[in-house]
Amino acid sequence: MDKTVVKGFSRPQKSYWKRLASQWDIQLMVLPALLMIIVFQYIPMYGVLLGFQDYNLFKGFFDSPWVGFKHFIVFFNDSDFFRVMRNTIVISFLKLFIGFPAPIILALMLNEIGKLYFKRFIQTISYLPHFMSWVIVSGMVTSMLSTENGSINMLLVNLNIIEEPVNFLALPQYFWSILVAADVWKSIGFGSIIYLAAIAGVNPQMYEAASIDGASRFKQIYLITIPTIMPVIIIFMILAIGNLLNAGFEDILLLASPGIREVSDVIDVYVYRIGIENQRYSYATAIGLFKAVISVTLLAMANYAARRSGNSLW
Amino acid sequence: MKRLSAGDKFMYFVIYTSLGVLGFVTFYPFWNSVVISFNNGADTALGGVTFWPRDFTWDNYKIVFKDKRIVDGFIISILRTVVGTFLSILSTAILAYGMSRKELMHKKFYMVVCIFTMYFSGGLIPYFLLIRELGMMDTFWVMVIPGMISVWNMIIFRTFFVGLPDGLEESAKIDGSTNWGVFFRIALPLSGPVIATLSLFTAVYHWNDWFAPSIFINKAELLPVQTKLKQILDSNIMSEQMSQMNAAGKAAMSRMKSSITTKSLTMATMMVATVPIMLVYPFLQKYFVKGVLIGSLKE
Repeated sequence: MDKTVVKGFSRPQKSYWKRLASQWDIQLMVLPALLMIIVFQYIPMYGVLLGFQDYNLFKGFFDSPWVGFKHFIVFFNDSDFFRVMRNTIVISFLKLFIGFPAPIILALMLNEIGKLYFKRFIQTISYLPHFMSWVIVSGMVTSMLSTENGSINMLLVNLNIIEEPVNFLALPQYFWSILVAADVWKSIGFGSIIYLAAIAGVNPQMYEAASIDGASRFKQIYLITIPTIMPVIIIFMILAIGNLLNAGFEDILLLASPGIREVSDVIDVYVYRIGIENQRYSYATAIGLFKAVISVTLLAMANYAARRSGNSLW
Repeated sequence: MKRLSAGDKFMYFVIYTSLGVLGFVTFYPFWNSVVISFNNGADTALGGVTFWPRDFTWDNYKIVFKDKRIVDGFIISILRTVVGTFLSILSTAILAYGMSRKELMHKKFYMVVCIFTMYFSGGLIPYFLLIRELGMMDTFWVMVIPGMISVWNMIIFRTFFVGLPDGLEESAKIDGSTNWGVFFRIALPLSGPVIATLSLFTAVYHWNDWFAPSIFINKAELLPVQTKLKQILDSNIMSEQMSQMNAAGKAAMSRMKSSITTKSLTMATMMVATVPIMLVYPFLQKYFVKGVLIGSLKE
């Protein structure tokens, strides 16, 4: 072989290690943290293979027998499957249809407020629930709805809408409404921050021009403000669709009593119950993996759709 | 502003009313809990306590602060929040600074390794088994170490570090500083607002997290206050449901002439578990608004 070619190959190879050695200090900034990510994120990803095993605590991951798609097939044929999927999809869509537009509407309304102190006041209050844990929120919801002098029952009895206090949290027909309401209550204020910032970026000359042309404030909102913040809305819509199977976890775990599992069991909660409480590790892992695969697919599809309209995540 | 049309007047009426209702609905449950926590428990059980304590008392709080379980939980929560936030912010900032160096080899690969974790995860069960295999069950560190590196925060930090003027770093290097020296003496001190914002979010997460301890920790003395509160609420719901079931139990409960009830104690505990965050958040409002914005700029 020609000598110059060999030289051309060997030089960068030698300098690769030299270069690596010469930047050991910045590699040392990065590598320990990446090792943590590999241990705590990538090993569990590899662990999804548990879903194709009959994992046995005593045999461990490497000696447990492989069973292929057994757990998936069992899950698809289980009587719980339909119920869990229905609850997941219904709760997700309720949260999407009500919880997604709510902060946008709040931001649009706050933007119309001329009195700064009133705007500030409402904003400060509306951020408050974001900083409370779901434990606290569930405690408040339980207290509000309590049959023993809960404020909502007292109000409804005083207005003669109901005669006797109703134990709302124990009745399956109210659970979805309570859950979505609590969710909107907790997230509407903080969620509006991003849209308020987007609205602040609208060129004020557009409003001036529109009002000279005689457009009402209402018309200006839907002809100028909303179209301008559309890219932001679309980005968050993609993220929301990717999260569609995350119907909720902490909120449901805390608000749902065992008596209403018929309407409260969603995939994540089901995985927790089967896996952690009943210790059927392989079966629960398989269900979790099934969910993760659908989520990634949904995200990719939403992103594909958005890219065609010119706004995409990647 | 020009004179308003009738339609616009109606719109403003709707907006002000809606916002007023929203403000009330958001604040009332919190306020009512405060009121009940300061009201005599037996009096609360009579009903009608809404906007103002009728029979003011400190008793509920006195009992809560004498309860060793809650005080211990409070201390664990503070320790976890302080240690967890400090370690997370520091280690994430170090990673981000390394990733912001142009000369870093394999930078693209490292970035892919980080970003991928934002879209896919192994799920609860493999994670749970991993923690158990590592022997981290029933340790304080299970609340601090596994989530220490935040990819999201790393991206925000990195964006900030990339934006720092190159001249700062070059002049420090000429003066003999190493990369670590530049990080600690120049980059970190300059990123005050970013650190404040991300620390706030991380601290809120640590203070409010109850789920991880509930599955990884069995020792009662290691549980943070939120998880303890969850257990208290669970036992309350059960007692309330039991009293629902038979009339005799209900009558027995109302016959109790004690001035302290589980409800008033629970409310006082809830306030103890929330107030630390309620105290800081209005002052940090400008930071977290900024924080949400730098986070979204990346998108």
